[in-house]
Amino acid sequence: MKEVVINTNRLTKKFGSFTAVSNISFDVYAGEIFGFLGANGAGKTTAMRMLCGLSIPSSGTASVAGFDVYKETEKIKRNIGYMSQKFSLYEDLTVLENIRFFAGIYGLRNTAIKQKTDQLVQQLGMQKELNTLVGALPPGWKQKLAFSVAILHDPKIVFLDEPTGGVDPVTRRQFWDLIYAASAASITIFVTTHYMDEAEYCDRISMMVDGEVKALDSPSQLKKQYKAASMDDVFFELARGAKRSAD
Amino acid sequence: MKQFITFIRKEFYHVFRDQKTLLLLFGLPIAQIVLFGFALSNEIKNANLVVCDYARDDASQCIIQKLSVNQNMQIEKVLLSHTQIEAAFKTGKVKIAIVFPAGFNASLQHFHTATLQVIADASDPNTATTLTNYISNIVKEYQQEITRLTPMPLQVTTQVRMLYNPELKGATNFVPGVMALVLLLVCVLMTSASIVREKEKGTMELLLVSPFNPFLVIVSKAVPYFALSLVNLTVILLLSVFLLDMPFHGSLLLFYAESSLFIITALSLGLLISNSTSSLQSAMLISLMGMLVPAMLFTGFMFPIENMPMPLQWISQLIPSKWYYTIAKAIMIKGLGIAAIWKETLVLLGMTTGLLLVSLKKFNIRLQ
Amino acid sequence: MAEVLLEHISKTYNRGAVLAADDVSFAVEKGELFGLIGADGAGKTSIFRVLTTLLLPDAGHASVQGYDVTTQYKAIRHSVGYMPGKFSLYQDLTVEENLRFFATLFNTTVEANYDLIKDIYRQIEPFKTRRAGKLSGGMKQKLALCCALIHRPQVLFLDEPTTGVDTVSRKEFWQMLQTLRQEGITILVSTPYMDEAALCERIALIQRGKILTVDTPAKITSAYPDKLYAIRASSMSHLLTDLRNFKNISSCYAFGEYHHISFQRHNNDNKESLLQYLQAKQYQNIEIKEIAPSVEDCFIKLMQA
Repeated sequence: MKEVVINTNRLTKKFGSFTAVSNISFDVYAGEIFGFLGANGAGKTTAMRMLCGLSIPSSGTASVAGFDVYKETEKIKRNIGYMSQKFSLYEDLTVLENIRFFAGIYGLRNTAIKQKTDQLVQQLGMQKELNTLVGALPPGWKQKLAFSVAILHDPKIVFLDEPTGGVDPVTRRQFWDLIYAASAASITIFVTTHYMDEAEYCDRISMMVDGEVKALDSPSQLKKQYKAASMDDVFFELARGAKRSAD
Repeated sequence: MKQFITFIRKEFYHVFRDQKTLLLLFGLPIAQIVLFGFALSNEIKNANLVVCDYARDDASQCIIQKLSVNQNMQIEKVLLSHTQIEAAFKTGKVKIAIVFPAGFNASLQHFHTATLQVIADASDPNTATTLTNYISNIVKEYQQEITRLTPMPLQVTTQVRMLYNPELKGATNFVPGVMALVLLLVCVLMTSASIVREKEKGTMELLLVSPFNPFLVIVSKAVPYFALSLVNLTVILLLSVFLLDMPFHGSLLLFYAESSLFIITALSLGLLISNSTSSLQSAMLISLMGMLVPAMLFTGFMFPIENMPMPLQWISQLIPSKWYYTIAKAIMIKGLGIAAIWKETLVLLGMTTGLLLVSLKKFNIRLQ
Repeated sequence: MAEVLLEHISKTYNRGAVLAADDVSFAVEKGELFGLIGADGAGKTSIFRVLTTLLLPDAGHASVQGYDVTTQYKAIRHSVGYMPGKFSLYQDLTVEENLRFFATLFNTTVEANYDLIKDIYRQIEPFKTRRAGKLSGGMKQKLALCCALIHRPQVLFLDEPTTGVDTVSRKEFWQMLQTLRQEGITILVSTPYMDEAALCERIALIQRGKILTVDTPAKITSAYPDKLYAIRASSMSHLLTDLRNFKNISSCYAFGEYHHISFQRHNNDNKESLLQYLQAKQYQNIEIKEIAPSVEDCFIKLMQA
């Protein structure tokens, strides 16, 4: 029986009379690469925020890494990693300073910090860039560094919010190499993306439309179910009927 | 020209649809006037006075009578001995005491001179000075009354005339100052914020890539604030005249003309600031730090400039609100005409022209 | 004379610390739908800003409709249409007000060129009294396009118009662009999405400020030097590693359902030897087929050069 690391049951979030997320129920298993898809405005970001302990749900239950999303948000935050397209690292600090900073925040001991830093630098091949300001790094490198920093403290789950947006094709794939490596190390990956080929790399996909989870299965099963040739077609099929689109 | 009007109309839309800013725009001046006018008044009302009267004669009684009807003070107690004065001060409720020596009236009659003692709680020197002044005035009043009755050959009397403001009202000092401050702050802050926001949102790019002269775009932003500032000014004026009994002796037309000039000066300053920054935060910071604080210190309504050391006095010459403050007081309180304030007006005119020229030069027709 | 011409354009920021555009040269003909394809930070926005006269290049020459971007910027600013990234619109003005404003900005009226934007505007007309800030991404996109077209420009610059917009709106947007081509407007679009490249007449691939190639999508893909294969099997992530370790494989990249591979040496038994290798490693359901390369494959190949 696989370990459940995220569990949601009829999770809902309302803003006044507007229901952003409506009764979503799903489980995510340990070590999975779970793709969380949906058009802008479908409720993805709101749902993710609830799971990261950043927003208290209106109703329903959920637990992340075994902690309750209502009462144990601080514990959740300590046990997950997070990376988004909009923010990852401090541009005016160097690579090394960023690593040290986040390692400190996650509560790693000095010996662990040294070891982790070496490991990370080795993996990314950034020995020469240790003292470069992150803002001066080439675009693709920032993403990879940000991801490595997000899992510095070996969290059980890492949440990735459109991590490869606007990145060049090669870096995108290198990024997914890092994701695979993390998954192999038993870190559960919860990722949202707009690239449909990336959806194929996930073990299971869920698709949100108008605040609800309209589909949840492996990519191959979804393609069979919707008689689609690619995930792109599956997505288009489901998103076409959506009434909401983002601001 | 039609385009210019379109721009202005758009700017009015922006201003009226931004409710928070609108609140600041109107709320701030009103709040300031009310605060300064009523709550933070430098006038003192109902200060507690204790009297120690050893004389108990006509003269002392007369003076005490005058004191008791004065609005600024109320007689808390009549003490039996001056040793009780300190105890009264220690309670903190009494701020001033007056002591009449025995034989006060007799002294006046025979020696044509008499002394009374005024003791003030000088731990608040401002209040002490003010209260002492109140009492001095009353005593002088009395002195004048009795002098009229008896011809005195060698009489030294101090004539104190409080020009334009015999009742020492606070409003005359504060209102022109608040006007200057509010107009300066609002115009500079709002204009620079509006322009910088355009840069931040990216719409400035679109305006640049168009046939329209971008400098005119900027100027069009100033127009709604010009109009609103005049409205603001009127509100402040009405409040001060009717609520705070502020006098207005001069020409209304001249006042509005000079105020318009000052508003344009402030708007030009806002323009200059917006040209120099590209983020809203720094625009606000520069406006507040670079404008509000010096204006408060150096306009002259909170702290008299004449008391400051020379270098600071020179700095105050650079602050536009100082010049406007002088002009406003001259017109409103002294009722003077253009002949008296042409120098200050010229200074403001010069500042405006200078600011506009620099803004025009610095204005970037490109993004970098 | 090309409608839009760039010759050895270079652009740096921060006193030369950042090289945004590096010796960029390409030409766009009148009436073309031209795509500038590249990732964030590749230099697309810098190039567009040089062409719309918002930035001065550090080196090189560029012209739009024959007017030089440095010395004759006024003429360019009078005639081009520009849609900057993040659809700069006035958030607190309504749809109608925005449109009318931009029309007046260009000394024209909404009515004068309504036929040009009719089909696009119809989709947002029901919301015409709504403030632009309250529109969805797709609607903002359409409004921004209308505002850029309202003065019937000869050349249209669209900087990442499909970024941050839902997938359905993206498809609709490209359909609208195809319709606009019929009006004879020259359109330059920048985008990070490789799949959109195929929808352009000609494209320039750009990476780190350098142009990798300029041509039609068909010519670019046919210029791919190797034979390309798609391969899939059970356990794709392990497959990737094993393929990379296979001596004869020169490149191997994940492409969703399949991995795309090419061989170092042209041997007739390439497929067979690979199959044997994988079967020995216990892979099931192995499928290998030859495929035509996509623009993305070409982009990756060119990046490596």
